[in-house]
Amino acid sequence: MTLVKTKIGRRAFIRNTGLAGGGLVLGFNWLASCKMTPEQVSTLPKEWFNLNGFLKVGDNGLVTIMSPNPEIGQNVKTAMPMIIAEELDVAWKDVIVEQAPLNTDIFTRQLAGGSQSIRQGWESLRMAGATARHMLKEAAAKAWEVPFDEITTKEGQLMHEASGKSAGYGEMASAATAIEVPEEVELKDINTFSIIGTDKKNVDGPKIVTGQPLYGLDIQREGMLTAMIVHPPAFGMKYKSMNAESVKSMPGIKDVFHFEPYTDEVEKQWSDGGGIPELVAIVGNSTWECMQAKKALQVEWEEISKLESSAYHDEALAALMNKPTEQPARKDGDVEAAFKKAAKIVESTYTAPYLAHNTMEPMNFFAHVTPEKAELLGPIQTPEFLEKTLVSRLGMPAEKIDIMMTRMGGGFGRRLYGTFAVEAAVISQKMNAPVKLVYSREDDMTQGTYRPSYKIKYKAGLDEKGNLIAWHVRGAGTNDDLVWENRFPAGAVDNYLAEKHVLQTNVTTGAWRAPRSNFIAGAEQAFMDEVAEASGKDPIEFRLELFDRAINNPVGDPKQNDYDPERYAGVLKLVKEKSNWNGMDNGKSRGVSAYFCHDSYVAQVLDLEEGSGMPRVNKVWCAVDCGIVINPLSAKNQVEGGIVDGIGHSTYSAMTFTDGKPNQSNFDTYRLIRNTEAPKEVETFFVDNGIDPTGLGEPSLPPIVGALANALYKATGRRHYSQPFINDRPPLVG
Amino acid sequence: MALFTLNINGKKQEVDVDPTTPMLWVLRDHLNLVGTKYGCGIAQCGACTIHLEGTATRACMLPVSAVGNQAITTIEGLSENGDHPVQKAWLEVDVPQCGYCQAGQIMTAAAFLEKNPNPTEEEIEMAMNGNICRCGTYLRIRKAVKMAANS
Repeated sequence: MTLVKTKIGRRAFIRNTGLAGGGLVLGFNWLASCKMTPEQVSTLPKEWFNLNGFLKVGDNGLVTIMSPNPEIGQNVKTAMPMIIAEELDVAWKDVIVEQAPLNTDIFTRQLAGGSQSIRQGWESLRMAGATARHMLKEAAAKAWEVPFDEITTKEGQLMHEASGKSAGYGEMASAATAIEVPEEVELKDINTFSIIGTDKKNVDGPKIVTGQPLYGLDIQREGMLTAMIVHPPAFGMKYKSMNAESVKSMPGIKDVFHFEPYTDEVEKQWSDGGGIPELVAIVGNSTWECMQAKKALQVEWEEISKLESSAYHDEALAALMNKPTEQPARKDGDVEAAFKKAAKIVESTYTAPYLAHNTMEPMNFFAHVTPEKAELLGPIQTPEFLEKTLVSRLGMPAEKIDIMMTRMGGGFGRRLYGTFAVEAAVISQKMNAPVKLVYSREDDMTQGTYRPSYKIKYKAGLDEKGNLIAWHVRGAGTNDDLVWENRFPAGAVDNYLAEKHVLQTNVTTGAWRAPRSNFIAGAEQAFMDEVAEASGKDPIEFRLELFDRAINNPVGDPKQNDYDPERYAGVLKLVKEKSNWNGMDNGKSRGVSAYFCHDSYVAQVLDLEEGSGMPRVNKVWCAVDCGIVINPLSAKNQVEGGIVDGIGHSTYSAMTFTDGKPNQSNFDTYRLIRNTEAPKEVETFFVDNGIDPTGLGEPSLPPIVGALANALYKATGRRHYSQPFINDRPPLVG
Repeated sequence: MALFTLNINGKKQEVDVDPTTPMLWVLRDHLNLVGTKYGCGIAQCGACTIHLEGTATRACMLPVSAVGNQAITTIEGLSENGDHPVQKAWLEVDVPQCGYCQAGQIMTAAAFLEKNPNPTEEEIEMAMNGNICRCGTYLRIRKAVKMAANS
């Protein structure tokens, strides 16, 4: 067992009766609570006792656990309470989960992004459970007049062996509230975990499969109006004028007005990136009526900056590929000198388009802003930052602003940028009414905050023996500098040079699942294959040799490197074994790839099915080192989803522009991967190493693009440098 | 505006709406049956799938005026206690990630299995191809459909 000081998020452990009922405070319990079985409903306790901000224990032993972070489909709403329940030592069947509202006094980092919820919550969640268990034990020790250390717990029961006394948590819950919050608590030995590491089903599952209201778009309130926005049709344009009067008289329409979600005075947060300063709002009784008015409304726009086309982005990025940077991001040895003496040189450039996030639930938010207070409810990955912006925009102190998170119909980074919630608040304030803002699919897809468009050029030098002696990478992205200079193969090559450029454009960009990695991994791992081929070595052996170099004799200060080469090599060896790499004919259809991001390591082997037409992915073997796995059932789901996502976007998806206007606006023109195109099988293997958990929502996506490109080369005999692969000419047929 | 009497989940429901209003918005905005989801509005993603006389239909492009007496089933009415074999299989396999598309997936699967109770893997994939899952749960969707078919 480990003793830890209860210092992290200590405020959370101080009893806070203000949180009683959690979601019930705002009357939104129908959205907040979940996983209540009929038995639990029939046996709800008469009284709940808050032991700390994360949990309350009922007089009958039922426990309500607050899940602090936003749920976007990464399943933290199940995993985070599992961690608390483990340390509290309660049976999972006795746990009810509720989504916590935004409360920065109690919770730290209520944010969904960077695959960090579990990684950063790990310690405080364990402490929350352990602190409550400690207080229950102390209450029992007092009641039974026995030493604290002699009391044991199991699945919600307190026991004292010597005296034969025992009691359920519920019986001691009231007394436990009078116990002083401990300065120090004992955490379980990880080898004794009975909830963490076991398959637990999604706590919202029963509501999802029966269509119960869970999402922001499902919110209905008495007197609620629906609002839609009209944004500029092209990047580089702003509002000029409109024919609002003729539309205001349409059926069900309450108002049509021009408004400024972001006035010059607003103190913007990073989460306001992509926010459009001026918009038009249409407010009415129903979504359909607003949509009809939107069609009829004519708005005039004026050009305020260059209207960019995709051809321009591509040419400008290509020009940067030939331009050295003034200051390299990292330089080891002398690449130029090494290239001069190299026996072989390999050079390739890779390209990827802009991508839209396309969460299945379009952006939306509910807001009810009155002079007294602001209530906001909806899908947001960054509620803490939204609150700061609202304080500035509404001119209201944070105490008067309540923000609650609904389950989200996908995030992928899009809901980090809560501009839609600010828009909803401003519209509600103006209407002096509760308002639900709804983006149409077209609004959602053409509004921006896209995954940037990228280009990257690699050059590698090999000596006569096929050893890698020089590696030069130069990357550029729209509004993003792309290259991570201290990631592999930095540290494994004597002569290494990393350079990065940014192309500033007015097409707004932002984080998209596994930012930068989602492109650079595929490019780097495809290039690595080209280099391995030139060296005459097996692609896995070639990579393992490089990791050996980084382990045994790293170039530069090993602390400078972002990655641990032993763990990196570990996943590669694991996938090699599981896919029977050496026992198969890899010449026809298999590609390998490995990547590190979000503190986790993933290696994949992808096998294509032979046949005519677009090659189909037959199977993916995936090895993951993300430390302790909380919930293997959903962890595998995340891994599979990331693989499908990576294959889908690199093969089919693109966002392009003509004179600043997006060419795709719905799923008829923007192609997403479908069921018949997803791999037939994915097999996932987790490294069991007892290391504290690291990221999992993102890391399986980036490398699969490389594994696919490498397998396609085997199947088609052609390297694929430009995404989406489906657009490669001549067309991709087997 | 016009008055329509609809047969939804075995119950008569009256709505007074613009006749062009798609069933999706009638269900969501007027009848508070929000399990049927809005995804694209142009019958491309399948999130709004309902049953019209037992046939999987996209509610986003079905005007209320075209419904007449035909029976509509939504996800809320697929079973009384959430225990339709497809719903049970979805829970058993733990299909959802974000969960938003899953009601549409389930409705497509339920109508498909009604017509083809013993499908091949290829038939399952083809039947589910009209429903987009942005989280990429396609493998578990197939597995759940197969499980429901076997139950």
